Amino acid sequence: MSGNKNKYLMFLGCAIPYRVSAYEISARKMLQKLGVELVEMPEFNCCGLPLDPVSHEMMLILAARNLALAELKGLNIIALCPGCAGTLKKVNKMLKEDKVLREEINKHLKEAGLEFKGTIDAKHLMQVLIEDVGLERIKNSVVKPLTMLKVAEHNGCHILRPKEYIGFDDPEDPKTLKTLIEATGATCLDYMDETECCGAPSVGVSDKVALQLARDKLNHIKMVDAEAMITICPFCHIMYDTNELRIEKMFNETYGIPILHYPQLLGLAMGIPCEELAFNELRVDVSKILKKVTEGEN
Amino acid sequence: MSETEEKRIKASEMDPKFKYEISKIHGGEKLMRCFQCGTCTSDCPVARFSETYRPRQIIRMAQLGLRERVLGSDTLWLCAACFTCTDRCPQDVEVASVIRVLRNLAAEKGYVPQVFKEQATSVLESGYAYKIPELRIKKRETSGLPPLPKGNAESIRKSLQGVGFLKFLECAGEKK
Repeated sequence: MSGNKNKYLMFLGCAIPYRVSAYEISARKMLQKLGVELVEMPEFNCCGLPLDPVSHEMMLILAARNLALAELKGLNIIALCPGCAGTLKKVNKMLKEDKVLREEINKHLKEAGLEFKGTIDAKHLMQVLIEDVGLERIKNSVVKPLTMLKVAEHNGCHILRPKEYIGFDDPEDPKTLKTLIEATGATCLDYMDETECCGAPSVGVSDKVALQLARDKLNHIKMVDAEAMITICPFCHIMYDTNELRIEKMFNETYGIPILHYPQLLGLAMGIPCEELAFNELRVDVSKILKKVTEGEN
Repeated sequence: MSETEEKRIKASEMDPKFKYEISKIHGGEKLMRCFQCGTCTSDCPVARFSETYRPRQIIRMAQLGLRERVLGSDTLWLCAACFTCTDRCPQDVEVASVIRVLRNLAAEKGYVPQVFKEQATSVLESGYAYKIPELRIKKRETSGLPPLPKGNAESIRKSLQGVGFLKFLECAGEKK
């Protein structure tokens, strides 16, 4: 699907305004610097994903409603949350391909004066970066290469799976985030179980299982001496940043590994001042890294 | 009843029609293809740390028609929906989707964990799955962020009319 590659409707979702504003702040700064225009959409609602477990129908309607609203503007959607992006992509594909389902969902949307036609696309931030902005433009935007940093990436699940609907990168051997990290000049380290789930969806059902999963990953990236972990999902970020201290206490571990949103990393490399990238919103102390980056410029 | 007796499956518990019921629902179509290889369980991140959650077992129970055991089980809600099982299943069963179908069926019977009721209620009231704190909304301005999209709760409620799940939410009916 074509469409304007420099102008998108911003889809925030719920988790980001709820408690992950650093991701939004840094992403907006980064996109602005890359020349990507964001249009706000006041009527967007929850993507629907959180309710899929209890009502697939409700998920479909909520997702389709967002897509129908975007169609009225004639712009593609950019979502910062892979859960939102994945849901919108999946439902967009389902409704485009299944006429019966589309008619059924449109009956609901009609009640609110809306109709799904299947004329736009939804993409995650990372997909926009690699496919529409392009690696060259990203590399050209780097003014302070972060060659002094060794970091680990964490893709999370919904940016890649289920592959039939997402159709982005290779879920068994993803390369995009690595490539984007290396574009900043930083080294991206390999480690065991890189594609493992962060555990976030199990929070509330079994915190113990969820935190053990998060701990497992922190152990792996500690073993390869990563100085930071880079995420592209608000839920993964909550699991590792918000919960890192809790995991340390619960399992008697010491990590002290900062968890950065990818736009914060690229933002640093682009020379955006630290104060504008919302590092103060992060729970795990990030000062060591920031010092290293600042000293590196001398 | 001893633990062994509880685990013992009685023929009377098995409903052979259950698998056909599931197969008619979107996402559950390929349940019967499962030949119990166990790829799903061995690759499941949750099963690594949970003592009870085993996707292969859930699929087998569904095939056997152990309706009550599956739908009333707490472990059903442990799936993190990472879709690793779906992507790696050699039989293309779409394991995570079958589990979602089972959860939906459990919800229809009233087995709905509280968190989902709260999120659904919040969506109907504000458009968001979480109640965004006032402080966060105000802070957006000082952080240089555009105002939080207001959503359109009335329009959302209109489009969700007739959705079966809403009957579990006290607020939904009143606010229509």
